[in-house]
Amino acid sequence: MERHFEKELSNLNQRIIGMGAKADEMIRLAVQALVQRNLGLASAIPDLEHQLNRTQLEIDDAALRLLATQQPMAMDLRFLVTAMKINSELERVGDQAVNIYENTQLLLQQPPLKPLIDLPLMAQIAQHMLRESLDAFTERDPIQAEAVIMEDDRVDALKDQVFREVLTYMMSDPSTISRGITLILISRNLERIGDQAVNIAEDVIYMVAGRDVRHPAKGRETGDGVL
Amino acid sequence: MSPAGSADRAPIKVSVRAMDLFYGAFHALKRISVEIEDRAITAIIGPSGCGKSTFLRALNRMNDLISGVRTTGEACLDGTNIYAPTTDLLSLRKRVGMVFQRPNPFPLSILENVAYGLRIHKMASGQQLREIVERSLRATALWDEVHDRLDSSALDLSPEQQQRLCISRLVAIEPEVLLMDEPCSTLDPIATARVEELMQELKANYCIVIVTHNMQQAARVSDKTGFMLLGELVEFGPTQELFTNPRDKRTEDYVTGRYG
Repeated sequence: MERHFEKELSNLNQRIIGMGAKADEMIRLAVQALVQRNLGLASAIPDLEHQLNRTQLEIDDAALRLLATQQPMAMDLRFLVTAMKINSELERVGDQAVNIYENTQLLLQQPPLKPLIDLPLMAQIAQHMLRESLDAFTERDPIQAEAVIMEDDRVDALKDQVFREVLTYMMSDPSTISRGITLILISRNLERIGDQAVNIAEDVIYMVAGRDVRHPAKGRETGDGVL
Repeated sequence: MSPAGSADRAPIKVSVRAMDLFYGAFHALKRISVEIEDRAITAIIGPSGCGKSTFLRALNRMNDLISGVRTTGEACLDGTNIYAPTTDLLSLRKRVGMVFQRPNPFPLSILENVAYGLRIHKMASGQQLREIVERSLRATALWDEVHDRLDSSALDLSPEQQQRLCISRLVAIEPEVLLMDEPCSTLDPIATARVEELMQELKANYCIVIVTHNMQQAARVSDKTGFMLLGELVEFGPTQELFTNPRDKRTEDYVTGRYG
C-alpha cells in the first residue's frame, strides 16, 4: 500500500524536476538569443522567471508542510531538506538566465566583438551539469552526482579563457571595453550555473549517502570515497 | 555531523554483553551487547513485542520475578555483573530504579510516598527525612505544587503529578540508573513535555534508559538510541545519526514508518 505521504514526496520530486526543466529552458533561450543575436528568441524569459519564482514558493510551502505534519525521519527527512535546498538553487539558476538575457540585451546594441565559441561551449557544459545533477536527484545516484562535481573544472577553465581572450581585445582597443565586460559578465553567469549544479550534486550526495561533502577541508570529509 | 566527540567519551555505566533471554522456549532477547553511558539518556525504540521492555527489565533483574525466564550473558553495573549469584537484589533495585508506564503511587500521602523507600532502607528519619523529601520533590519540580498538602493522598494528584511523584520517590533513595518504561504514554502533550524537561534535568546526575513507542520522544530527549526488532538490537548509535542516517535498512524502514 503506497502511503499518502509517499505520494506527496513523489509529487514534490516531480515539481522539482519540472522546475529544473524550466530553468534549463531559460538558459537555452538566453544563450540562443546571445549566439543568434536575436533578443526576440528569448522573449519568453520574463514569464518563465515569474513561473519559476511562483513554483519556488509552492515547493517550499509543500516541503515545510510535510516537515511539520509528518515528522519525517531518515531518508524522508534528508529528501525534504535537500528538496528545499535544490529548490532555491534552481531559482538562482533562473536568475542567472535572466542576467544572461539582460547582458545580451546590452551586447546587441553594438556590433559583435568577436565570434562566440567558448561561451556556447560553457553553456552546453553547464546545462549538461544541471541536467545530470537533477537526474542524480531523481535516480538517487551519488556516482552521477560526483561526476557533475568533477565537470565543474572545465567550466571554470573556460571562464578564465574567456577572460584572457577578451582582455587582449580590450587592451588593444578601449572602444571594446563595454562589450568585453559584458562578455566577461556572461561567462561569470554561466560559471555560476555550473556552481549551482555542483551544489545540487553535493546535496544529492548528502541525501543518498547521508554525508556532507561541502567545503572539504582538514578534519572534514572530502569528496573522495563517497560510497 | 560533528567530527569531534570521540575524545571526551562519557564513562560507561551499564555494559551488557551477549545477553540472551528466554521466556520458556521463546527467545525474547537475542545476544544483546551494548554499552550504556552514564549521565546520558539512552532510548530504546522498536515495535510492540520487540523485547524492549524485557531488555529494560533485565537491567535490574525484574524479569526474575516472572516464572520460566532464563537469562544468560552479562549485564555489568560499574563493571560488576548483576547476574552474578552473589548479587543482592534489594540493593541492585535501589541502585537501578524503574518508572513505569502508569504512575503507581502507593495509596499513602504524598510525603509518605517519597519517604517510603528512605524508611525501608533505613536511610533517614526525622528532620533529615523531611529534608530529603523536599529535595526529591524539588528535583521533579513538584514541591511548589504540593508543599502545602504533603499529607493529602497521592492518589488525588493529576496523572502527570503522580508520575513525577513516582520519579521523586526513586530519586529520594539516590539510585544511579533510572529505567523508564513508556513513562509518558498515559500523559497529555503538555505533561509529556514537563516529564521530558525533567529527564533533561536529571540526566546531569543519572544514567537514564527510556523505552518508548514514541519515536519523536526518543529523537527529542535521548543522546543515544537503540532500535530493537524481534529480540535483536539491530542498531545502536548517536540519536541524531539513527534518525537522520540509519545504517541498517530495517531501522530506516521503521523510523520512516515503512516497517511491516
